[in-house]
Amino acid sequence: MANPLTAKPKASLEPERPSIVQPQITTMSVLAPALGWLIPGAGHLIQRRWIRGLLLMASIVTMFLLGLTMQGRVYKPNGGDILDILGFIGDLGSGGLYIITRVMDWGQGAIAHAIADFGTKFIIVAGLLNFISVADAYHIAIGKKP
Amino acid sequence: MTIELTHFSAALLFAVFASVVFGITQRTTAHDQLRYGLYCFAMFVGGVFVAGWLMWLVRR
Repeated sequence: MANPLTAKPKASLEPERPSIVQPQITTMSVLAPALGWLIPGAGHLIQRRWIRGLLLMASIVTMFLLGLTMQGRVYKPNGGDILDILGFIGDLGSGGLYIITRVMDWGQGAIAHAIADFGTKFIIVAGLLNFISVADAYHIAIGKKP
Repeated sequence: MTIELTHFSAALLFAVFASVVFGITQRTTAHDQLRYGLYCFAMFVGGVFVAGWLMWLVRR
């Protein structure tokens, strides 16, 4: 009888499964997206991506502020119309900007102006762009993107 | 403080800011980011003109 300790293993006919590499959870992989959500572009700045971070910050903050000055509407948490719910989710992406706006009670919206509707869309899209920026900061933090 | 923008200038500003974010987040190298950002901007502005002409045709 062959010694199980010295016996050579039989060649397996099954192909080797590729190992699934889980992204390593680090402090930066949590901090960068969280900070990037709160302050647009800060997730990149904290990882020393200065130019990218400043460009993202300038774009998202300017877009949000333009939306406000165009008398756009900022959505409040709601459980009514589906478009209102989606509008709130979009607005929420702006993080700190949204919180400040709600605290200061800005963004009431002006129905009389057609351009105010553009402002509402600017505010929503600024939040959605910040969601993309947050995902990018996370990808940098886990090493998926240089 | 309020500002009054025309539809076209609002669309142009939208295109600029969205293109910057798309360029930075969707490509890795600086060269590719610039190229993709410009491509997105051209597509946004091109889309504005196409939509404008379509609305003009519908109106007739």
